[in-house]
Formats: sequence, C-alpha cells, structure tokens
Amino acid sequence: MDRGVDGSRPPVRRKVTRGETRSSLATGALWIGPLAFLAVFFFYPLASILSASFARSPAGAWGTWAEVFGRASFPRLLGFTFGQALASTGLTLLLGLPAAYLVGRYAFRGRSLLLALTAIPFVMPTVVVAAAFTALLGPRGWINLVLMQVLHLEAPPISFLHTLTAILVAHVFYNTTIVVRLVGDFWSHLDPRQAQAAQVLGAGRLYALRTVTLPLLLPAMAAASVLVFLFDFTSFGVILLLGGPRFSTLEVEIYTQTVGLLNLPVAATLALIQLACTLALSAAYTTLARRVSRPLAVQPRRIAQQPLLRARPRWAAAVVASALAAFLLAPLGALALRSVTRLDPERGETSFPTPAITLAYYKALGENPRQSIFHAAPATAIGVSLAYASLTVVLSLALGMPAAWALARRPDDFLSRLVDPLLLLPLGTSAVTLGLGFTLALAVPPFDLRASPVLVPLAHTLVAFPFVVRSLLPPLRSLQPRLRQAASVLGATPFRILRTIDLPLVARALLLAAAFAFTISLGEFGATTILARPEYPTVPVAIYRYLSRPGALNYGQALAMSTLLMMVCAGAMLAFEKFRIGEQREF
Amino acid sequence: MKRTSTLLLALGLAACAPRPAEPTVLTVMTHDSFAASEPVVQAFEQQTGAHLQFLPSGDAGTALNRAILAREQPLADVFYGVDNTFLSRALDEDIFEAYNSPMLEAIPAFFDLDPTHRALPVDYGDVCLNYDRSYFDAHALPVPDRLEDLADPAYHGLLVVENPATSSPGLAFLLATIGHFGEDGYLDYWRALRENDVLVVNDWEAAYNGEFSGASALGTRPLVVSYGSSPPFEVIYADPPVSEPGTDAITADDTCFRQIEFVGILKGTAHRRLAQQWIDFMLSVAFQEDMPLQMFVFPVNPQAKLDPVFEAFMAVPAHPAQVEAQAIAAHREQWIEAWTEVVLR
Repeated sequence: MDRGVDGSRPPVRRKVTRGETRSSLATGALWIGPLAFLAVFFFYPLASILSASFARSPAGAWGTWAEVFGRASFPRLLGFTFGQALASTGLTLLLGLPAAYLVGRYAFRGRSLLLALTAIPFVMPTVVVAAAFTALLGPRGWINLVLMQVLHLEAPPISFLHTLTAILVAHVFYNTTIVVRLVGDFWSHLDPRQAQAAQVLGAGRLYALRTVTLPLLLPAMAAASVLVFLFDFTSFGVILLLGGPRFSTLEVEIYTQTVGLLNLPVAATLALIQLACTLALSAAYTTLARRVSRPLAVQPRRIAQQPLLRARPRWAAAVVASALAAFLLAPLGALALRSVTRLDPERGETSFPTPAITLAYYKALGENPRQSIFHAAPATAIGVSLAYASLTVVLSLALGMPAAWALARRPDDFLSRLVDPLLLLPLGTSAVTLGLGFTLALAVPPFDLRASPVLVPLAHTLVAFPFVVRSLLPPLRSLQPRLRQAASVLGATPFRILRTIDLPLVARALLLAAAFAFTISLGEFGATTILARPEYPTVPVAIYRYLSRPGALNYGQALAMSTLLMMVCAGAMLAFEKFRIGEQREF
Repeated sequence: MKRTSTLLLALGLAACAPRPAEPTVLTVMTHDSFAASEPVVQAFEQQTGAHLQFLPSGDAGTALNRAILAREQPLADVFYGVDNTFLSRALDEDIFEAYNSPMLEAIPAFFDLDPTHRALPVDYGDVCLNYDRSYFDAHALPVPDRLEDLADPAYHGLLVVENPATSSPGLAFLLATIGHFGEDGYLDYWRALRENDVLVVNDWEAAYNGEFSGASALGTRPLVVSYGSSPPFEVIYADPPVSEPGTDAITADDTCFRQIEFVGILKGTAHRRLAQQWIDFMLSVAFQEDMPLQMFVFPVNPQAKLDPVFEAFMAVPAHPAQVEAQAIAAHREQWIEAWTEVVLR
C-alpha cells in the first residue's frame, strides 16, 4: 500500500473495506487487455515453438538439457553473456547519468537537439552501425588513416574491430539514450529544494547528491539499468558483427543453432535458459523497484529546471554535452559523410583516397533500373516504417497504460506481484525464436494471421510494451496519494481522478513512452525480416537489401538510406519534444 | 505514399478478420535474397491468370526452418531457396511433393542432385577466393592458385574468411577445404592457415566491405572468400563507372565450392497444377535470364543467355571441390564444431 515519504510501511494493517474490494476488482480489470495480448502474442507462440522444438529432439528434452549443460564451452558462454552485459550497463550509466543530470536539471538552448541526437543510434540497424564503426575505426577508417599520416606509420595503429572494446563501445552508443531519457525526465520533476535544504543545513554538494538526490532517483535509475542490461544481455548484431567470431552470447548461439545448424532442440534449451535468466533478473528488479519508489512532491519543469547562468555549470554542461555529442556524432557523421562521398581509392595502398562530393547514391535510391518487384523507393519504405511505428505507439500505449496504472495503484496485489516480472520477458526472447513461434502459432485457427502485415507491429509492440510500462511507472508511483485521496473525498469518480490528477502529471512520461515505442519500431530488424511482407518493406529491411550486395553503388545506397533513417528519427524526436513544449497544463 | 495508405487499409482489414485466400493465389515462400523483375512476374500471371504472392521468410536457414515447422499447416504452395548444404535435411524432413518437370531434360545432370525429383535445381553460384588485383600487381606477388598456397608465408596475413557457423559462403569455403583435403586433412590445413594469420569474421558483408581491400577501400586484406560472380558486379554496380573490375576470382581446380539452390512443391498444397506451372516457369529461359541481375546467381538452364558483362568478367570454375549432399547433412554440425575448436579457440 501507499507508503510515507520515508518509505516505511503504515504501522497498522487495516481491514479491507468494501470500497477497496471494488477498487481491487477495477484494478484487476485493467489487466485484461495487457494479459490477453501477452497470452496470445507472446506466451502462446513461445510455448508453440519451444514444445515443437523439444518434440524434435532425438534424445528427448532431458537429453538435450544434459547435452547443453555438458558442453565444455557452456560456462564460458553464460559467463561472457552476463559479464559483457554488466560491463556495458556500467559504462552506459557512467556516460548517461551526467547527461541525464544536464538535461534534467537545466534548461538550455540545444537541449531538444541533444535529446533527439541520443535517440538516433537506437533506431540504427546493427549492420549499419557496424559499417559506421568500420568507416571510423576500421583498419582503413578515418582515424587510422589520419594517425598513419601524422605519425608516419606503416600499419594502422588502432585495432578496434573484433575486440571486446568494440562490443562495449557499441552497446554504450546504442543504449545511452535509455538512461538519458528515463533518468533525465524523472530528474526534471524532482524538487530541487530538498537537496538545497540539505545544503543549507551544511551538507556538501556531493553529500546532498548522495544522500538526497540519488535515493530519490533510484526508481528511474533502476528502470533504466534493467532495460539497458536486458538489451545488452540479449545483444545479437553487435556481438556478431563488431565482436566477431571469438565472442558469443546466448542470443548469438540461439541464432547459430537455429539457422546455421537447424538444431532446434538445442536452440530451444538455450532460449529457455535466456528466459529464465531474464525472469530472475526482472523478479529481483521489480521487488527492488517496489521498495525504492516513494511518493514525491512532483514539480513542473519550470521550477525544477534552472537556466545555465553561472560560469562553472556552464563549463561543465559544455563539456558533458560536447563529449556526448562527439561520441554519438562521430560514427553517425562518418556514415552520413560517406553517403555523399565518392571514393576513388588507390586500392591496396594506405594513402588517403581522394573523395568527391556526390548525391548519386540518393538519386539512385529512387531508381529501379532492373524493374525489381521488391524495389523499395525511399518514400515507400519511410511511409511503411512510419505506419508500423505509429501503430506500435498506439498499441503499446493502449496496453502499457492500464498495466502501469494497475502496478502503480496496487503494487502489493497478488496479480501485480505475479505479473510485474513477466512484463519484461519479451525483451529476453530472441527475435528468431519469436519469429518462428509466430509462424507456428499465428498461422492456424483461431489466430490465422499467416501473411498478415499486422504481424510486424504486433512483434514490435511486444518489445515496446515493457519500455512503455517502465517509462510510466516511476512517475506514476511517485504521485502523492494525498492528491487522489483529497479528490476522492471531494467526490470525484475514479475516472475523473485519472483524467484530472494522474494524466496531467504523467503526460510527459506518456510522450517519453511513445517516443521509445516509436524508435523501437523504426529500428527493429530481426523479427521484421522474418515477418515483413515484400510489398511493405521497412527502412532497415531496405538498407539490409543494399548492404548484402557487392558493388560500390549498392554500398553507397545502403548508407544513403541509413542517413535518411537518421533524419526521419531526428525529425520525429524533435516533433515529440515540440509536443512537450506546447503542453500548457503542466503541473 | 500510395503504398502506405494501402498498407494502412490492409492493416485495418487484417485487424478485423483474416481474409480468405482467393483460389487463384499461388504463395511462394523464399529466403530474403529472392527477387525477380516486374515484367517476368507479370508474364507468368498473365499466362496462368493466377496471382503470385511471395513470402520472404528471413535468411535461407530461417526460411527453411519456417517451412519445416509449418509442415502440418503449410504457409505456402512452393518453397524456393534450399541449397545443397541443406538439401538432405529438407528431403529427410519430407516437406516436398515429387514433381518430374519436363524442363529438367534441358538441365545438366550435375545440378540435378535429387533423383526423387522433390527438389529441383534452379540456380547456382560458386564460392571462390577473390583478390585485389592492384595489390598483387604492386607487390609483384603471384596470385595463389591452390588452397595450399594460402598457408605459404608469402601470403601471411592476407586472407579474410567468413565463419562457417554464421555465414553461408563461410560454410561453402570450409566444404571446399574438406572436399580437397578430405575429412582427415582439413583441420591440419586450417591450423596452418591460422598460423599464417587468417582473419575470420562473421558475415560476408564484414569480410567483403570491411576487411577486403579490393571493394570498399576500407579493408587491408587483398584476399577474401566471396563469389565467382563478385567481379562482374564490381563493374555493374560501380560508382563511378569503370571498364573493368579491380578484383578477380580464383577459379583453379578444387578451390571453389558450388552452391546450388532448389525449389519444391510443399506437401499439402491446394494448387498443385499451378505450382507445377510456376516451377516450369522458373526453369524457363525467361526467368533464368532474369535471375543474375536480380539475385546475383546463375541459371542452371544452359539455354539462358547472360549479360555481356558476365561473359567478360565472370569466372566459372571447371572443377569445384566436391562434397556429397548426404555427407554434408550428416556431418555439418560436427565439421563446424571441430573447425571452431581449431580456428577460433
């Protein structure tokens, strides 16, 4: 039940009143939509593919378990999967938290742009990010070429590709936005006067941060960390393309066993192990989250945020903002630059290629000289991607809002405690497992959707849904219960309380959730490539088509398409930000 | 944008109720590299009055998994894109109905690997070593023409290959070494390659565009495992236009591995006659001539003519390395795991 500001339980257990029973039933009703959705589109396909896979095991299901656990490489596989995810999450927090402080605490010019910029890596397909890092840090990438020129070296001094460093850097590159947005958004509502009061009472800045601000931020930090960790834990493309063959995670192994070896029983065993790890982690997290969240005096941004007036914060802000921008812009910029550069290389040599500016790759995108039936004109691909993304936003908000509300209102309900950890499970499921599960379960009555285009936004919604819930929960949980109680005493209906008290307070979190759902859909590739209809190609699918073909023109077109995707993403994020500023009813 | 509104409409309809399939729709399940040109597809549709629906289902391995898993309730009438490394698995899983197409008569016997005619050959491609011509010119280094050469210190650190566990050209090259050195010798050969600093990456894109010096100018290694057809594509998709490719393929005996792709009628189809017509059409000259520029693979029908660029720059090995399809199906996992142990650990 609701806790006091200090987080302690109310001392006396009260009897359950009839009003509370009714409200408990109402909370139960909130779960109907989300649970039905997860049952039909997640648990049912998952159960179908897992049972079909085990049924194919010649040694029986138990024999497969013994085989998997008996492999000499298994402890290493599990250890590396956890280790790299832990390290990546730590580094992501290290870069993300200062940036979250900056965008949370200060109002400054370029804030929206910085936020939009952090979202771009999130939508980039891993094949493109791998190409970007190759263009920047590969053996003949810009940085190595410059160093060789300046230092008169024979061989490239930096060996970046196919190292653990490459994996960690790419993970930080991808996921910093989760920390910046979730924590930054929460921070921008914290009442700065609490920390100021501590300082007035003699606490140092750091002491006030550690003892006042950080504990208050804990719910948002925990939510961001668990999402980042799960993304890194189930990382696929980054490990495969930037890590190279010496590194493998559970997710990579599931893919290899399924696709390369057609060994479905082993793949299913590994998929279950990955799910079990995800469940254990999310159970630990949801327990923690319930304990650390507490009602706060939520403040509107114009009180919580201050302009950058004094010199010291200005300098610090400039350092943080430019470090973040440089880190994100360098690979993206290298990509965009290559998409308008035609290289005439002296092949096999280590000198600078002579570049010339060209728009040929962009022009070629609109042409279909071979009259291919699957040609994806940029306008079509962007239109299809936007349509899928919008549908994903609508679906995941429609499912995530009631779920988050039920969790926030009655965190100690049996149903809430049971379901809460399950909500993160879709993030721990490999795309190829889920894609094949859809094939098995959703192609036969009663859910005969076999080649329906609706499968793509459904799959995207599965990934977006946990994000929506995690974005909405910290602010919803921090609402002062007294406000609701007061409204209730004054005769407001539950719906009116929702509309007039809860909604305005979490409006910004809703936009944040929508932005996450939008970008997740825009960048998703793994499930899309299995389920997409050729008439409706998304931008990542179109990029991949170009990238998998030889010839400089195809390579250039892939980069041009990627640059378009970046621009669409940045535009959409700026539009989301604009939406926020126009919001007048802020508390 | 028109397509976007069609999509929205389709999404709306799909959300309401699944539409019953019209009787004249032939569904063809493929891997995601499948492509064909508009006029060719229209020709078939006009000829038969049927409508073709293609169902790309991920990469070749994923698509085959999908077809196998959906065996009881087939998702399509025809499956295209199982290659000779997966052929035995597909036949053992019994997903195809036999069809002895009259078109098979024209097709050379060495492509027709399934005597039961459940899987019919459509196209082939040779996985061969490619090299950066200017590197070998500049360093006055002879181009290797035997697999053994690659273990020679003269070629130290020059080769990049793909991981056979994650990449189909990578697997094909591993099979070439097994075909040449035999099951007893290939691991020693790979040990020698490892000594000679071979670089392994996980996919063709990373090897060819990222590490190979002959294509994108981003790599430093002048030897790569790619396709016999890659050099003509360096001309066709060059930018700026060039008169000849900067790369060439090595096609000496026993250095390449031939991938052959097959099509089959899925068991339980309701459109058997139409499916037969589509298979005959895929083997006909019109479709076979369309393939190279759409899918980067080559016709099995010798009557199909190739674009002059291919005639000029494509290398076709006279004697690719041989490994039986049954042997591949039986030992695939074991070979890959042994290779991983020797090369990556």
